[in-house]
Amino acid sequence: MKFVAFHLMPYRPLDLVAAAKHRSSWVVLPNSMYDPEKGASEYESYISSLAHAETLGFDVIAVNEHHQTAYGLMPAPNLVASALIQRTKRAKIAIIGRALPLINNPLNIAEETAMLDNMSRGRIIQGFVRGIGSEYHASGVNPYHSHDRFHEAHDLIIRAWSEPGPFEFEGDHYNYKYVNVWPRTYQRPHPPIWIPSQGSSETVIWAADPARRYPFLVTFAPSESVSRYHLAYREQARKFGYEALGEQLGWAAPIYIADTDEQAMAEAGEAAETLFNNFLRMPWEMLIPPGYMSMSSMQNFMRLRSSLGTQPKRSAADLVASGTAIIGSPATVRRKIQEMHDRTGFEILVSMLQFGTLNDELTARNHERFAAEVMPYFRK
Amino acid sequence: MTGSLRLTHNTHQKASQEETALAHQQSKITVQGVAVNLRRSGSGRTMLFLHGAGGVMAWLPFFDELSAHRSLLVPDHPGFGLTDEARWISSVGDLAMFYLDLLEELDLTDVDLVGNSLGGWLAAEIAVRNLSRIRSVTLLAPAGIRIKGVPCGDNFIWSPEEQVRNVFHDQAFAERMLAMPMDEAQADMALRNRFGATRYGWQPRWFNPDLEKWLHRIKVPSHVIWGDDDRLLPTAWSALWKERLPNAKLTMIPHCGHLPHVEQADQTARAVIDFVKGVAA
Repeated sequence: MKFVAFHLMPYRPLDLVAAAKHRSSWVVLPNSMYDPEKGASEYESYISSLAHAETLGFDVIAVNEHHQTAYGLMPAPNLVASALIQRTKRAKIAIIGRALPLINNPLNIAEETAMLDNMSRGRIIQGFVRGIGSEYHASGVNPYHSHDRFHEAHDLIIRAWSEPGPFEFEGDHYNYKYVNVWPRTYQRPHPPIWIPSQGSSETVIWAADPARRYPFLVTFAPSESVSRYHLAYREQARKFGYEALGEQLGWAAPIYIADTDEQAMAEAGEAAETLFNNFLRMPWEMLIPPGYMSMSSMQNFMRLRSSLGTQPKRSAADLVASGTAIIGSPATVRRKIQEMHDRTGFEILVSMLQFGTLNDELTARNHERFAAEVMPYFRK
Repeated sequence: MTGSLRLTHNTHQKASQEETALAHQQSKITVQGVAVNLRRSGSGRTMLFLHGAGGVMAWLPFFDELSAHRSLLVPDHPGFGLTDEARWISSVGDLAMFYLDLLEELDLTDVDLVGNSLGGWLAAEIAVRNLSRIRSVTLLAPAGIRIKGVPCGDNFIWSPEEQVRNVFHDQAFAERMLAMPMDEAQADMALRNRFGATRYGWQPRWFNPDLEKWLHRIKVPSHVIWGDDDRLLPTAWSALWKERLPNAKLTMIPHCGHLPHVEQADQTARAVIDFVKGVAA
């Protein structure tokens, strides 16, 4: 199994009580609530923690992109990836992912990743996502075009990396007389692509296509959904006439380990709740603007809820019971990973070992125990 | 632009009670391969009503008042209500060209054009392109142009409750709207209308940067009507319309939010009818 140390880089000094008075922790949360002194320390500690993950034996270190929010302080994830390249030697660096529809010139992404791939001598993994719904409020990009822009930007970037330039690109959303990216990517034809998703059957079909076979990472979902999407991917691959590899299936979850289940909950339960109830908090209007989901998906979604009000609060016990978060003793954590592996054969575990308000000391211990007491059991 | 969604049951029931006097017909006509849902009522000169971003969730008392004097047509725009989706119509400018085709298809002439909000923007886009079948233009709190420094409300971030409250001046009125439940079919239609609104209005938010400079082309008599307490599209924007339209009258409706034809239906209908009747034949 491949182990990924993933980070959101939340702004932990956030005044949670004051923040709760605003509509959301995204887009409208006043940035006067960000203190640069405290924020600078956050970056320092988070980047050190990620760099240390290589020493602990993680295969991959992963960063991601979010905008105008205390949930994650990486609106430009490539900047952190660049810092990590300088502080690591062996680990792959995954940027999971860049939010394609939000960027008006997708060639910027092709260029920056190509630079990082050269600077790291081929250690980059590139994730592609559509961004979270609120980021269409933050960027102004029309969510009605979200899917179309994603696919077109993806096709453009892949061609820019893999075909000799210059060539002309003629799209509906993007048009270029000259596509000729300097530098070329270090890995040929291009860095591996991963697709993180909260789960969507359209995305499964697209990612599993034989022309792509992109690893599909199910993020922050109940374990039932994770296995359902993994199995759907396998089924889809069979429809395409091939057998999906475990390396094509990933699971991203907050994970915390202590001596006992009780102690783990006592140390990390509240932090897990802050991730979902405070940092991820936003009303449905922000989470799912029209077009971000297809009309039929959104109709189904609305029928499951009597009205689109605020999202329900989640307790740590619920998060653990549903398998959205894995919190427990080393044996418990190993068992839950093993159970999923038995069900789906997945081979990429994206572990988020810092989440919500979890402090540096507990985070460091969590990384060490995960590396020492979980990873070795799944090494072939 | 939103919010009129919930105006459903009681107005519809009211209409059916008075069915014999005020029946409207509903049929499909095909324009450019798109089946358009079209409601018709009344007789006389043609008046075309272009709905706002909330669509037409019910036949309104306002429509009855207009159709007492005019042959009133109330279509659903492509992607809204019961009209087909047509993804190739990608901007309000495209929508305007589509409606010019519709006017030809139905061979409508001497049309009094009336539009609210998104529909007002659409009426202006039609009129700057081709006035040959248009005799007057009435804009009820239109989108389409803006005044920098006087921002519009953000109906896309508002909660469902705010979407209703913020389009009415009289909160008692808003509360009556909120008290009416939507059934599943209405909820689906409201969602469809919201997708349509997003397509046309999200970015740039509720305006076309290329429209204002061509408004001088609307040489027919024009009438801009605005509620004096519009929290979605600022009442102050009415002054810019008055300034840019060469032949415009401005009417302010007191105690009124973004939907004058709903919140002050009688007064707004009277203002519309008096104006179109005063336009020389």
